[in-house]
Amino acid sequence: MLKGIHNGARLFVVDPRRTSSAQCAEKWLGLHVGTDIALANAMAREIIAAGLENRSFIENATSGFEDFRRHVQKYTLDYAAKICGVPAAAVRELAHAYARADRAQICWTLGITEHHNAVDNVLALINLGVLTGHVGTYGSGLNPLRGQNNVQGGGDMGALPDRLPGFQHVENDELRGKFEKTWDAKIPPKKGWHLSGMFDAMERGELKALYVMGENPANSEADQHRTTKLLDGLDILVVQDMLMSKTAEMADVVFPAAAGWCESEGTVTNSERRVQRVRRALPPPSGVRDDIEILCHLARRMGRDLGNPSAEELWNELRSLSPMHAGMSYTRLEQMHGIQWPCYDENHPGEQYLHGRLWARPVIGPRAPLCCVEYEPPLDVLDDEFPIRLTTGRRLDSYNTGVQTSRYASPLRHGETIDISAQDAEKYGIQEGETVRVVSRRGSVLAPVRFDPGLRPGLAFMTLHFPDQVATNELTIDAVDPKSGTSEFKASAVRIEKVRKTEPVAV
Amino acid sequence: MSTQNAPDMKTPVPRGPLPILPPPRPRRMVEISIDGKAVSVPEGSTLLQAARSIGIDTPTLCFLENLTPVNVCRICVVEVEGSRMLVPACSRQAEPGMVVKTDSERVRLSRRLVLELLASSVDVSTAPQFQEYMKRYGAQPERFGDAARPAGNRDAAQPGHHHAPENGNAATVAQPVKIDNDLYVRDYGKCILCYKCVEACGVDAQNTFAIAVAGRGFTARISTEYDAPLTDSACVYCGNCIGVCPTGALMFKSEYVMRRAGTWDESKQTRADTICPYCGVGCTLTLQVQDEKIVKVTSPLDQQITNGHLCIKGRFGWEWVNKK
Repeated sequence: MLKGIHNGARLFVVDPRRTSSAQCAEKWLGLHVGTDIALANAMAREIIAAGLENRSFIENATSGFEDFRRHVQKYTLDYAAKICGVPAAAVRELAHAYARADRAQICWTLGITEHHNAVDNVLALINLGVLTGHVGTYGSGLNPLRGQNNVQGGGDMGALPDRLPGFQHVENDELRGKFEKTWDAKIPPKKGWHLSGMFDAMERGELKALYVMGENPANSEADQHRTTKLLDGLDILVVQDMLMSKTAEMADVVFPAAAGWCESEGTVTNSERRVQRVRRALPPPSGVRDDIEILCHLARRMGRDLGNPSAEELWNELRSLSPMHAGMSYTRLEQMHGIQWPCYDENHPGEQYLHGRLWARPVIGPRAPLCCVEYEPPLDVLDDEFPIRLTTGRRLDSYNTGVQTSRYASPLRHGETIDISAQDAEKYGIQEGETVRVVSRRGSVLAPVRFDPGLRPGLAFMTLHFPDQVATNELTIDAVDPKSGTSEFKASAVRIEKVRKTEPVAV
Repeated sequence: MSTQNAPDMKTPVPRGPLPILPPPRPRRMVEISIDGKAVSVPEGSTLLQAARSIGIDTPTLCFLENLTPVNVCRICVVEVEGSRMLVPACSRQAEPGMVVKTDSERVRLSRRLVLELLASSVDVSTAPQFQEYMKRYGAQPERFGDAARPAGNRDAAQPGHHHAPENGNAATVAQPVKIDNDLYVRDYGKCILCYKCVEACGVDAQNTFAIAVAGRGFTARISTEYDAPLTDSACVYCGNCIGVCPTGALMFKSEYVMRRAGTWDESKQTRADTICPYCGVGCTLTLQVQDEKIVKVTSPLDQQITNGHLCIKGRFGWEWVNKK
């Protein structure tokens, strides 16, 4: 991104915190947590009011423009300024800069998706791309930046409740039939549960056995009290992981698994849809097996012999079933340093951007809808009792619940803290380094205070990297977006209490 | 939310046209002569690229494909007909009709002298490429005399305070190794001041600007602001400086410890390219493995995504694989 700025690109950062990216930006819009839709809709209104929408693209390739235009009428610049806490002029400037650019991208991460209205947040951003025609052309687009090497690949391979590999819908009989024939097995014809749906099903007593692979929900899920209770209540919990995570400690059976990125062969898919090879650099420790081997052994015990396939053999089966991966032989992946899907045959170069079909005249396939989405504030409301907005996130040197990164000696690491502004500290009579009690409607934790000049008064920041030191997810709300199943990690309401001298402090 | 006009999710979206990528800028070809051979290269190519295109191995120290040329080491100099001075091949662009000599006596002498001056004042024991150049050009740094005693704290040196050492000995940049964190060490007694680390820390990769060149002349050295320990500097431990260092002055702590213990053995090491697990960018990691343990991580310069640059997690976050 900085390389782009040095080449003359303009960067606007929209983030409640003044992050290091924000410091490199031309403009930083430090909006209130969870007000993204108000901002995006106001930008859309301004773009239309100034006549900067891409009329010919809208007519050729989109639907719902008139409804959308009426819908965003109430999102004036002044309304956005009031809701978001950023100057109206800044919203206007961003709207004009985005709409007038030859090429423009919107990139986002979990600040958009870890909300109770995550999908609506994303739709609000997509609206901007569709409205201005900044989709489906070189250098433009909508770009969710992935947080792991294979988040994209997991979805591509069908690790979603409604999809088979290659995003083929499980409720489409023809597509499902293709898989059933190849696998000689019946596939449930209805979509399943996503992660938070599974926890709800545990609560209702409908889900009693859980097989967790490479995930640490005991630490990573919101509202940890509830998560732990539900995991404890299962008939059987099986965990397959590289390391003994908190969840693995709770399990009835643990399958020690090889590290996918350095102890086994296979592929991962990055943020730009590039399928890339991972290779075995060293053998796993004794007693530890490759994921494929574990699954095939398990299948054999359950009465089905899947043989002993190599990663490449499995990949070739996938290529025969998923048209968008069909052209990606291991040889080509090697030669081309990875290939971006879709890649339909062995002469196909892969595609650097998607949705070019929207520029065909007439448009190929369905039109892109402009969706009317409303701003809704975060569910954990601020009041006199819980006046501070806590948002959670990551720090550069650590990764998720710290299972892997806690084991190298990073000089940047200072353990978990609650980061607040110096103004708030003065207001509550707190010194930097002082341990305080952070209380939400669900729980409380003790954490030392750190001042962060990138935070405005009323905003606090914590991570989930050090669950053994500070169980941040005891504070977070498990309000879930019904469409995507993600929890609102980004917006909890908390208060900060001074710890009385007599109270024991165990940090 | 209105989804009345949303497409049916169960039906696959039909294939669209192939993406239209901007065509490569058309470049005229430039004809030049190198060592008597006619060479044709696209306009804007450097003499180094032109020489490499016909298999001439021109030595470089301060040049790297993923950094902007800074022209400081002068090891890549070549002779261009009509030019009074030797020119640096790494940055000088080919012009029509240029007649270039890459291995003339004048070029060889210049390269040899550069190598001798550097090797007489810097510890090049962990710079195999440098040593190979010394052999190739017959460099004899010992002709400048034995190494003089270290001249005290170089970080406190002021410009103009450098004096010729006594007894005709060779002044050196020897100084204690800086070990102020658990990830990498800085042994500036091995530093040839190629600037690569400064560039990688700056606009060419990391944009952190934790280090710069301090001082002038022989007292010039790489330094953090006011020579603060790294832990008090702007350093974010991406290790991109280690990735570009040609002499081993910047070294993984793991490699440094193993070398001190005499267990570092490159003949026993294997390398495998894989993908970093820590985010969705997809940087290629080259894992260097000895005795079934990861001992070092680099990234190939030719991978398109980050051109060999990494972050702290990718470069150093593998300890847990060795510890379990």
